[in-house]
Amino acid sequence: MNIVSIAPSNQHEIADNAPSGLLRFITAGSVDDGKSTLIGRLLHDTNNVAADQLEAVRAHSRQRGLSELDLSLLTDGLQAEREQGITIDVAYRYFSTERRKFIIGDSPGHEQYTRNMVTAASSADLAILLVDARKGVVTQTRRHAYLAHLLGIQQWILAINKMDLMDWDESVYRQIVDDFNAFAGQLGDPKIQAIPLSALSGDNVVQASAAMPWYQGPTLLRHLEQVPARWQSSPSALRLPVQRVARIMLGNGAEQSASGIDAEFRGYQGSLASGTLQEGDLIMALPSGRTARVRSLQSATRKVGRAEGQSAVVITLDDELDISRGDMLVAPDHPPRVVKEVIADLCWLAEEPLQPRRKYLIKHTTRTVNALFAELQHRIEVNSLVSEPHPETAAMNDILRVRIKLQQPLFVDLYADNRITGSFIVIDASTHATVAGGVIVS
Amino acid sequence: MKTPTAIQLNASSSQLANRSDRWQHQAQDDHLDLLEAEAIFIMREIAAECRNPVLMFSGGKDSAVLLHLAYKAYYPERIGFALLHIDTGHNYPEVIEYRDRMARHYGCRLHVRSVEDSIRAGSVRLRDALESRNPHQSVTLMEAIAEWDFDACLGGARRDEEKSRAKERVVSVRDEFGQWEPKNQRPELWSLYNTRVDAGEHLRVFPISNWTELDVWQYIQREDIALPELYFAHRREVIRRGDLLVPVTALTPAREGDVVETVSCRFRTVGDISCTAPIESSAATLADIIQETRQCLITERGATRLDDRASEAAMEQRKKEGYF
Repeated sequence: MNIVSIAPSNQHEIADNAPSGLLRFITAGSVDDGKSTLIGRLLHDTNNVAADQLEAVRAHSRQRGLSELDLSLLTDGLQAEREQGITIDVAYRYFSTERRKFIIGDSPGHEQYTRNMVTAASSADLAILLVDARKGVVTQTRRHAYLAHLLGIQQWILAINKMDLMDWDESVYRQIVDDFNAFAGQLGDPKIQAIPLSALSGDNVVQASAAMPWYQGPTLLRHLEQVPARWQSSPSALRLPVQRVARIMLGNGAEQSASGIDAEFRGYQGSLASGTLQEGDLIMALPSGRTARVRSLQSATRKVGRAEGQSAVVITLDDELDISRGDMLVAPDHPPRVVKEVIADLCWLAEEPLQPRRKYLIKHTTRTVNALFAELQHRIEVNSLVSEPHPETAAMNDILRVRIKLQQPLFVDLYADNRITGSFIVIDASTHATVAGGVIVS
Repeated sequence: MKTPTAIQLNASSSQLANRSDRWQHQAQDDHLDLLEAEAIFIMREIAAECRNPVLMFSGGKDSAVLLHLAYKAYYPERIGFALLHIDTGHNYPEVIEYRDRMARHYGCRLHVRSVEDSIRAGSVRLRDALESRNPHQSVTLMEAIAEWDFDACLGGARRDEEKSRAKERVVSVRDEFGQWEPKNQRPELWSLYNTRVDAGEHLRVFPISNWTELDVWQYIQREDIALPELYFAHRREVIRRGDLLVPVTALTPAREGDVVETVSCRFRTVGDISCTAPIESSAATLADIIQETRQCLITERGATRLDDRASEAAMEQRKKEGYF
């Protein structure tokens, strides 16, 4: 556990992580915690609200007889739609500063929407857990922290909002931080930055607060601009799920290639899940287990010496291996596990409950296989974190640990080590609905 | 609701004074790389998993970016997606010329179906001849999807464009009426896209969902993507109607008492002549346009669309009816 709430800034974390120009984060909090106001405040104070949008908010605020702008109205379009029963869903919002671009996964805070938070969190690098300073750490806070932990988000901000209503009192802030630390100590090792703020007045959101001189840490925006954005995979051995085999055949009036190359071509396209790749590297193809060396490497159309991160590449090998979509090219000395059974934590997303006898499919990286629920080990009550052994089924929003048998092998890592090779979705084979998302735990 | 006039579109210089250009360039490359990789990944998934996908190509800037990304996704193979344009018959001639030129350039098959055909067949009926044909594209699009049996249509829509877009999935299932059901979307986790559809259903796929208008322009500059000239400042006859500049064309002629002016302007979005308006601008290069987009304080649609303003939910309603 690394609580850095009182530290002036988190410089030590930045040193070994190059800053990225894009950060994806989610906001989690109950409806009344001021989530909409906070997002509105962030957008407004970073000059990311267009004049026409602002004018609409101004007009709505006036209609409601408010003397000041109600910034929560910036996300209010969604709320109105929720009233009409149209959305219970994640919306994505975009803003930028001179340091970074941001994508906010804005998921509704209602308790019954675990699945929405899981959905938004699956692509987020950071979670803002919003707490109302008057209420302190509540069940909802623990739930959100647990879900952020489940989804392996490594950067958390504990945003203690409505400090204005507690007379900017430092002891209130410290008490909440202590309460939260006591709980979060059970949840792995996320980096947590606690920030006392007021979304309503904008204190410590973008502008540092004059009302809380006792707080020396970064503002919310400053912290968002500084944290390492990229998901850290460890071990970061090569994982390249094959998406497509690109082939150019010559002769018989065969199609001409886009590149105008006049030789036959057989290469493999995909995005690196982890690790690096360069020309001459020895790779192993799964499931065959055969090895070859990388003859050429391109990032899309550009020849590159080295690829990493999640770049979309096309590579050729020096040996003719039988490789097709769904196979995986991996580091021979650090291969993933090849398994026909996984133990995973699952979030059930569908309204229709899990029916263990039904036919389900699992999509894992670029590979889709038949799957069978062999055992429902336990269900976790996310509010109390109490687990119920051997449930009969799973209903929407349930989190449960399962053992799944697979018809063909998958090439997996633990989710804690690799977000891409450690996650999967479950598809109902007859309705084609995405019914669950899972993270591999052992 | 009153929107500011074209003159008020730019931020004051003091608002921009503290922005550091050096930082912007470093961060920009990185975030464009990430957005590009994400879009290519999505396209390759569709190329691999769908039976008969098609790329919607209108000749606008977003579809130009999409086509360029498709080229990268397939490379060194030739683009495997056919192109589809639903022609309202109200397009600027230079956009049609550009569309055909780009299809030839990338060696793509180009399918064009026009709203005019649907009118002739009786599936579209206009109230009056000059009515905007934009909303009627849905009918023609659904006819084209049925005709060629497409199971996935890739489009250049972005979530920053409009509220209902912000909620649509990257891979969105449409039923046989082309309807989008906001309440019944598939959850989309990690980058695991579920592309399965039943007979009669098809997918709408938006690989550049996470891009903003500025990202699109920065990418066009970085990748040197050709665009129709309408996007760059040029002199054009317009009439000021409220806060919009309405171009004087055969479809949108000057009315009695209108004052026709010739102004320097450019289009931020290029669509139907009857429903897109240019903005006053002297931005003649990509660098100028990027600078202007950075400073612009009004949304793309707020500034330029004559049709989305009818009601807050206009777009959402149309999407439910099968609109892109």
